[in-house]
Amino acid sequence: MKTTTIILLIFLAFTIQSNAQKYITKNGNITFYSDGPLEKIEARNKQVNSALNTETGDFVFKILMKSFVFEKALMQEHFNENYVESDKFPTAMFKGQVTNDVEFSASGTYEVNVEGDLTIHGIKQHIQEKGTFKVSENGIHGTSKFHIVLEDYDISIPGAVTGKIAEEIEITIDVTLKPMKK
Amino acid sequence: MAQDELMDAFGEDEPTTEYAYATFKTTRISLGQSVENPPSGNLIFDIQHHFGRVNGGAYEFFGLDLATLRLGLQYGITDWLAIGIGRSTLEKTYDGSVKAKILRQSTGAVSMPVSISYFGSIAINTLKIEDPAIRDNFSDRLSYVNQLLIARKFSSAISLQLSPTFIHRNLVEKTVDDNDVWALGAGGRFKLSKRISLNLEYYWVISEQTAKDYHDSFTVGFDIETGGHVFQLFFTNSQGIVEQHFIPQTTGNWLDGDIHFGFNISRAFVLSKPKEFRE
Repeated sequence: MKTTTIILLIFLAFTIQSNAQKYITKNGNITFYSDGPLEKIEARNKQVNSALNTETGDFVFKILMKSFVFEKALMQEHFNENYVESDKFPTAMFKGQVTNDVEFSASGTYEVNVEGDLTIHGIKQHIQEKGTFKVSENGIHGTSKFHIVLEDYDISIPGAVTGKIAEEIEITIDVTLKPMKK
Repeated sequence: MAQDELMDAFGEDEPTTEYAYATFKTTRISLGQSVENPPSGNLIFDIQHHFGRVNGGAYEFFGLDLATLRLGLQYGITDWLAIGIGRSTLEKTYDGSVKAKILRQSTGAVSMPVSISYFGSIAINTLKIEDPAIRDNFSDRLSYVNQLLIARKFSSAISLQLSPTFIHRNLVEKTVDDNDVWALGAGGRFKLSKRISLNLEYYWVISEQTAKDYHDSFTVGFDIETGGHVFQLFFTNSQGIVEQHFIPQTTGNWLDGDIHFGFNISRAFVLSKPKEFRE
């Protein structure tokens, strides 16, 4: 009798553990893209931190600016030195929430609304964007595409290249969140 | 806030090593080498121009009638190793070079106060010898440069560099002339605005005979960034563009107005993309 109880307890503990509420990744992808009339700029960051609490809907990102890789190394240097000033503002952050109801316990694809504060270059802005969650046994795959305006984050474009660099940047987010181990 | 709690899930940031970047904006301070290398997989095409002396007056159009030009290519094999070739109009000189990063300035997990690079080059003078009495030995046309480049980025606005230099020339004009020339270079970058910096560069010739016959090279220049390019404009008392010329053979004197206006333009071509862009 005792053994069965123990086995039952272990089994129970196991199910509780697998029923995690926090999902996390440390190698999410964020790409930004701008198609100015003269210069196409693209940068990729494959070391994005992101976490989601499926119970409360809290959803956060932490992005190291120096992890953005550009095709042209000189552009990467300009980006860090003159545009986002990575030495002064090393990280970008998003603290927000999924505002609509999502059935995280059931596999499927869900449209989600995410709202919260995005901080880039030391400037905090409240944003509201749409995205998609693909929930499966392996985790939650989140994707979104939206635009930000450089001026909103006090990132200035020098006179010499005005018109060369687009003032609106397209951001693509692609994160695969895995259940967090306790 | 609940989100802050969730942020804690990322854990403490692992201690990383932050390497200094953009100690100088290009691979040259103005005339001489800086600690910077072409990025891995990048081919850089250099166009370097030194005009004639401004004290040539209106007749010489303040030096613009004359020009010394060097065309060059440099390629980053890795982020720490680069090779280069070039051809300069002065003495119809070809040059080949190697530049290697030995130490990188950093803070964090690994702390290093300075960046150190080695620069070595061979130059070949290809002028025709008109006098039939002079034997034309190929080895007589060669000269060598060895430099240690020691730099520190003190802040985002100020970087300084010391460049101990040893130059060997297989053949010199007179027997009293130095085959071996020692010099010490000093240079700095001072940012005036986000995209313009003032660059100063001085080469102190130590070897006695050369110091007696020639002047030390001194250059005042500006780096101007325009998006993907950096233009370097400068004033110098040196006509020569390669180290073998401007370090031990500068004849101009700033105080006499022997000043050359010059510029460097470089264009980078990405031959091998970073791994994030390969798929």
